[in-house]
Amino acid sequence: MGTGTAKIKYRKQEWEVNSGMTVRAAIEKVGLDPYSVLALRNKKLINDQTIIEPGDEIKLVNVISGG
Amino acid sequence: MKCTKCGGVAVINMPQHRLKLCAEHFKEWVLSMVQRTIKRYRMFGPKDRILVAVSGGKDSLSLWDILIRLGYQTEGLYINLGITHENYSDVSQEYAEAFAAAHDAPLHIVNVRETYGQGIPDLAHTGRGKRMCSVCGLVKRHIMNRIAYEGGYAAIATGHNLDDEVAVLLQNTLHWQGGYLKRQAPVLPSTHPRLARKVKPLCHLYERETAAYALVQGIAFVEQECPYSVNAKTIFYKQILNQLERRSPGTKMQFYLGFLRAKEEGLFCLDEPEKELTWNTCRKCGQPTTAGDLCAFCRLWEKQKHPA
Repeated sequence: MGTGTAKIKYRKQEWEVNSGMTVRAAIEKVGLDPYSVLALRNKKLINDQTIIEPGDEIKLVNVISGG
Repeated sequence: MKCTKCGGVAVINMPQHRLKLCAEHFKEWVLSMVQRTIKRYRMFGPKDRILVAVSGGKDSLSLWDILIRLGYQTEGLYINLGITHENYSDVSQEYAEAFAAAHDAPLHIVNVRETYGQGIPDLAHTGRGKRMCSVCGLVKRHIMNRIAYEGGYAAIATGHNLDDEVAVLLQNTLHWQGGYLKRQAPVLPSTHPRLARKVKPLCHLYERETAAYALVQGIAFVEQECPYSVNAKTIFYKQILNQLERRSPGTKMQFYLGFLRAKEEGLFCLDEPEKELTWNTCRKCGQPTTAGDLCAFCRLWEKQKHPA
């Protein structure tokens, strides 16, 4: 695993994070609650202990609805 | 993280069940969980025709998918509320229609603006003192009852998940709403032949699990939130409950299941006997009402036509 960065996308926001950290750590780093989102890589659901690889694009999906 | 059942890569961790599951085992687990819930609360059987209320969101479309896979007879109902902000209602309808088409499943659509003359935001705006969510709830209940009665369905199934139920439970407990606590249940019985029985087959699943189910099944759902729910109290309560859950996995489940158990054991038996409801028939729409000769739904539209 090399070093590099990855993108985290959530709704209309986008962040760059370092690879090598877990998805959960990245979610917390961008200021979101890991309980409120699920992560997708290449449209596939991944668990939050997955290590982020360089060049990854992780899409976060909100799971809390109101109303 | 490995799947507890097969050792493959887990896609979800559910510490409250001490389970980590891969996509395939998670799908199986969700189906068996919902089947058990349907049986446990005697919601409906394989011969019953069920009307699934769909919003285009993750919960209701997951519910419809699960009921189809379990072999139940279902038809969908989408109510277009006329919310034009970011085209919310029309976009949501497209997701419901796409799901129905992909599954070759019947979908009934009621467009509030086309049927009654105004969408929910305009109606709530003119109905003084009525908040958006209460107007929306009233309109949806009326239409669901009407369609269920006209179509002769055995029950209306809604996508309420455990987080929805626990948020309501917390809110009702904080305000000691005894009446609401007494009525909150996975099955809301019909109190009149024209008022449908309502069932919540996802009530034992966390919201995170219904969303994960939609994602692993590849169900496309509307991700944007209703623009009027942004500051909804429900979301605030859900966030608080998730903080508790993080500290102590299973808190939400224990709170809800403990509540249902306590009800079964008679904790919420009020001293006063249940009042017998006196039903009138609404002179405009024919639906039953306990107030006067116009039901709350028709009064809402009358107020809009003839503001005092």
